[in-house]
Amino acid sequence: MTVGCSPSVAQSAVQKGRFALKTDAVVKSLGLKALVGDVPDEFSGVYAGDLLSRAMSHVTEGDLWITIMNNVNVIAVASLTEAAAVILAEGVVLPEDVKNAAAEKNITVLSSDDTVYDICRGIAVSLS
Amino acid sequence: MSDKLTFHFEVDGENFSSAGEASVIMKKKLRQLGFSPDIIRRVSIAMYEGEINMVIHADGGAADVTVTDDEIIIVLADHGPGIPDVSLAMQEGYSTARDNIRALGFGAGMGLPNMKKYTDSMEIETELGVGTTITMKVSLN
Repeated sequence: MTVGCSPSVAQSAVQKGRFALKTDAVVKSLGLKALVGDVPDEFSGVYAGDLLSRAMSHVTEGDLWITIMNNVNVIAVASLTEAAAVILAEGVVLPEDVKNAAAEKNITVLSSDDTVYDICRGIAVSLS
Repeated sequence: MSDKLTFHFEVDGENFSSAGEASVIMKKKLRQLGFSPDIIRRVSIAMYEGEINMVIHADGGAADVTVTDDEIIIVLADHGPGIPDVSLAMQEGYSTARDNIRALGFGAGMGLPNMKKYTDSMEIETELGVGTTITMKVSLN
């Protein structure tokens, strides 16, 4: 379990245990939209960041990964790290070729108009 | 598993849409072979970083992975420009990636450090104007 944005989320995640965090409350409270794939039932942690090498070493299986990067390499990193979903922040548009890559690799991509900070804060609030 | 298994991948240079494909395929192979998530993760990260480095800096190359009873050996070989100062390149945050590469989210200067961090040994053979070969080993014991 990793949390890249809020210690309170980390504490909450640890308290609730791995793979025990329900996604639906987060999706509803943040108004997340699924651009590719189905919303996962659960997630195990959160990482926020745009540098792929950092994400590669910090996103762990089952995490929600919040980023503003929308290129195809994000899908490769999400696939390798087995992220539960990528949350694309600030209303960033997902190009068609990246959508296709995500669908091909079974990567769920969610979208939010909020900033990375507000998404992190929203997740922390919905878990508290 | 008594015999060693070998896997060979050609890494296409400057093709960022397929960068990481070899690592994704290798990850699936290791999972099929029943390796632990930790071993799979370490090999995947190290190989991905090496693969990306070859795409960014060396116009591609070749990745060879050998799986034995004792270790997983990853050899990444390219015919790129070579690394002028290996100790500098090993420093976290140091990168010579161009701005257009950084705009894609690469160039954090974590590639080689991550490769060293997630493997049990890493050797770099490099010659300016000739190329670079990196050999990484992940112990299974």
